[in-house]
Amino acid sequence: MSVIYIVVPLALLVVAAAVAAFVWAANRGQFDDLDTPAVRMLHDDEEHRPLPRPPEPPAGAA
Amino acid sequence: MPATDPAAFAPALGAHRAPRTAVACTHCALEVPGGLVEPGAAHQFCCTGCRAAYEILHEHGLDQYYGFGERREASVTPSGRTYEEFDHEAFQKLYVRGLPDGRAQVDLYLEGIHCASCVWLVERVPLLLPGVARADLEIRRSLARVEWDPTAVPLSRVARMLDSLGYPPHPFRGVQRDAVRRREDRAMLVRIGVSGAIAGNIMLAAFALYAGWGGGMEHRWELFFRWVSLLLVTPALVWPGRIFFAGAWAALRTRTLHMDVPVALGLAVGYAQGAVNTIRDSGPIYFDGLALLIFLLLVGRYLQQRGQRAAADGAELLYSLTPSAARVVDADGGARMVPAEALLPGMDVDVHPGETLPADGVVTAGQSQLDTSLLTGESHPVSAGAGTEVFAGTVNLSSPIRVRVQRAGESSRVARLLQQVEESGRRRAPVVETANRMAAYFVAVVLALAVITFVIWEIRDPARAVDNAIALLIVTCPCALALSTPLAVSMAIGRAARAGIFIKGGDALETLARPGRMVLDKTGTVTTGRTALVQWEGPDWVRPLVLALEADSAHPVAAGFRAAWPRLAVPPARDSAHAMGGGISGFVNDRAVVVGAPAFVRARARRGAMVPANVAPGLTPVLVAVDGEIVAGAGLGDPVRPEAAAAVADLRRRGWDVTLLSGDAPAVVDAVGRALALPAGACTGGASPEDKLRVIEEARRRSPRPVVMVGDGVNDAAAIAAASVGVGVHGGAEACLATADIYLTNPGLGPLVELVDGAERTMRVIRRNLLFSLLYNVVGASAAMAGALNPLVAALLMPASSLTVVVSSWRARTFRGGAA
Repeated sequence: MSVIYIVVPLALLVVAAAVAAFVWAANRGQFDDLDTPAVRMLHDDEEHRPLPRPPEPPAGAA
Repeated sequence: MPATDPAAFAPALGAHRAPRTAVACTHCALEVPGGLVEPGAAHQFCCTGCRAAYEILHEHGLDQYYGFGERREASVTPSGRTYEEFDHEAFQKLYVRGLPDGRAQVDLYLEGIHCASCVWLVERVPLLLPGVARADLEIRRSLARVEWDPTAVPLSRVARMLDSLGYPPHPFRGVQRDAVRRREDRAMLVRIGVSGAIAGNIMLAAFALYAGWGGGMEHRWELFFRWVSLLLVTPALVWPGRIFFAGAWAALRTRTLHMDVPVALGLAVGYAQGAVNTIRDSGPIYFDGLALLIFLLLVGRYLQQRGQRAAADGAELLYSLTPSAARVVDADGGARMVPAEALLPGMDVDVHPGETLPADGVVTAGQSQLDTSLLTGESHPVSAGAGTEVFAGTVNLSSPIRVRVQRAGESSRVARLLQQVEESGRRRAPVVETANRMAAYFVAVVLALAVITFVIWEIRDPARAVDNAIALLIVTCPCALALSTPLAVSMAIGRAARAGIFIKGGDALETLARPGRMVLDKTGTVTTGRTALVQWEGPDWVRPLVLALEADSAHPVAAGFRAAWPRLAVPPARDSAHAMGGGISGFVNDRAVVVGAPAFVRARARRGAMVPANVAPGLTPVLVAVDGEIVAGAGLGDPVRPEAAAAVADLRRRGWDVTLLSGDAPAVVDAVGRALALPAGACTGGASPEDKLRVIEEARRRSPRPVVMVGDGVNDAAAIAAASVGVGVHGGAEACLATADIYLTNPGLGPLVELVDGAERTMRVIRRNLLFSLLYNVVGASAAMAGALNPLVAALLMPASSLTVVVSSWRARTFRGGAA
């Protein structure tokens, strides 16, 4: 049973990694627009545009 | 003001109107009008716009578009604008951002975005222009973000391209706020994600503990899991949970009580006691309940925020539709388009019929009639000639005028009115939500009970006194109580939005649930706001002749005739002449026709066999003469909406004191009041925007009951901002949208009844939720006082109360109209 001392911290590390991934995705704007990508992929048959999201405009730059 | 189409920001609701009987347009699939069908041609087009759009697509090998099942079924009508103001310095400074690599970026709001193939067109076609790097469309808000190389292609070229496809672009006027909101949304999402992950994992540890609780668990494992729980809950408290402590601190500093106060108290006491018990290695830890509580509260808050955000977005997008350009005349006589923001006093501006004046000034040339209803609520056009002072926001109706700008931008009368609007909006005291009002009593009662528990147990069994008092504080942590309002309100806001009612703040719903005084604007709210043919006396053969003359006049009377007989074939007119404030004369089918005001027509014709009866009061009389003889008479006016009387009756039955407040002539207002069966004293006419504001402020001072202002124009905006709840109605001016708490996208007063009804239902749900959560708290508090609260009961009570509230809010039918 002593394996719990290793398994539980390991599981917590996995959780930490998942949370970090989520935070990263949220801050990169992956959840900003949930409608258009679903529609866009319908048309991306012959031509793919693997473009990253544009960088956020710096505040007050408009 | 441009007609604001609700479909413009509800793309999924696009109407499918396609009477496909004969030939279908290759581009838009609508029926091709008989005269435009080309026999034998492979492709048929319903209009030149569709042909141009097809040619662009075909030329660049994008015929794939026509293979998509779902396509926009609306013919393309390019506005023909040059969009040259998009290249102006002032425009670029306001809306265009420079990117580090030398490219520029702009957010454009596109009209007519409707379906999947729109995404394809908007994201592909602009890239055909050399220099355009990318175009991304966000379909929910019809916002396109375009990046281009300003040295290679001007923005106006991109705008014209989008326009030619049937998506007229407008600069998005909410970029700054948009960036702030996006950051807020992301931060909230991160908090929810983090607290959710923590809550889930603490639950796992808690299950292990509860399982071992009955069956005997080796002490070292128990100790281990308790420490793991402590380790997990700490970040949940200091990261996502911090906003409750911040909220509670802010509330205490301003000496008010907010729901965050008892929540923060429960969290802090629970955490401290749990941590002490973990270190002491005895007694309950409450970490699973605390983590779940943080998660649920954040979800409730997020839902509420999102609902209000969506409503605010809708209004902001409409705001982007307002015209932004002015036609400036240079010293050499040439005209160029500049953004309205670049206008300076002393400039000369040409305003064509149908356009909105961009600035205050004096007419220097031309004679025309202006629609000033935006500022004054006056439904009849006002004449303007050389020397007349005119104001931004009024619409030029009949012929071109030249205006010397006196005040532009922030100093114009409209802008000053808007500043007043903002001020009265700031002065408005926030409505304290029921749950927050309860928070004060709640904290007092809980603290008192904790003291009583402590005293009783101090007498009976001093060893357990502290533990039991603290258990009471923790188990009464008002999770369900804090959730009850946001959940019920966010569900109601979501349902309302589907019914075309955009609610920007939840407190508006609470206010509307109690009947008070409801002040209605007349023009555009109770009436249609458009001149329509109400009365017509004359033979049918006269109608095409009238239409021929009125065919291309921007005057509201002409629009009224056109709207009344849309299906008549119109013969060509020649030598037609507009007389200011009089009418139009000309020749149709070689017959001399005169249409206009009675004095104007009588001066040019003799009384014929046909003597039109007097028109009803409040209507504009129009006579028609053919070949020198008066043959027909008409009365045009702003008709009361068909459902208005029933809606007003319904509101009065519910206990609302309904009154009319309008800038229009008192006689007209009284006539409308009679049509609505309002009591004699309930109608006020001739009220300036400032008067309206005064009326509302006084009504609020005199009575604690809510004062609701319903209106559609800039002239109502200050009053709307000052009211307890401001409601903007369909087709309203952007200032009105910006200040209204609630915006109705469906025309008429029917949605107003639905709104009041929905508000009452929402309040019932909130009360039911509060009752449930209080019941749970009574049970928990009794158990704690009796010393019978064990950790398992606490762990069950806390989520069970929240779940009850969630289900109760979810199932509630607050707004019914969400059939779409």
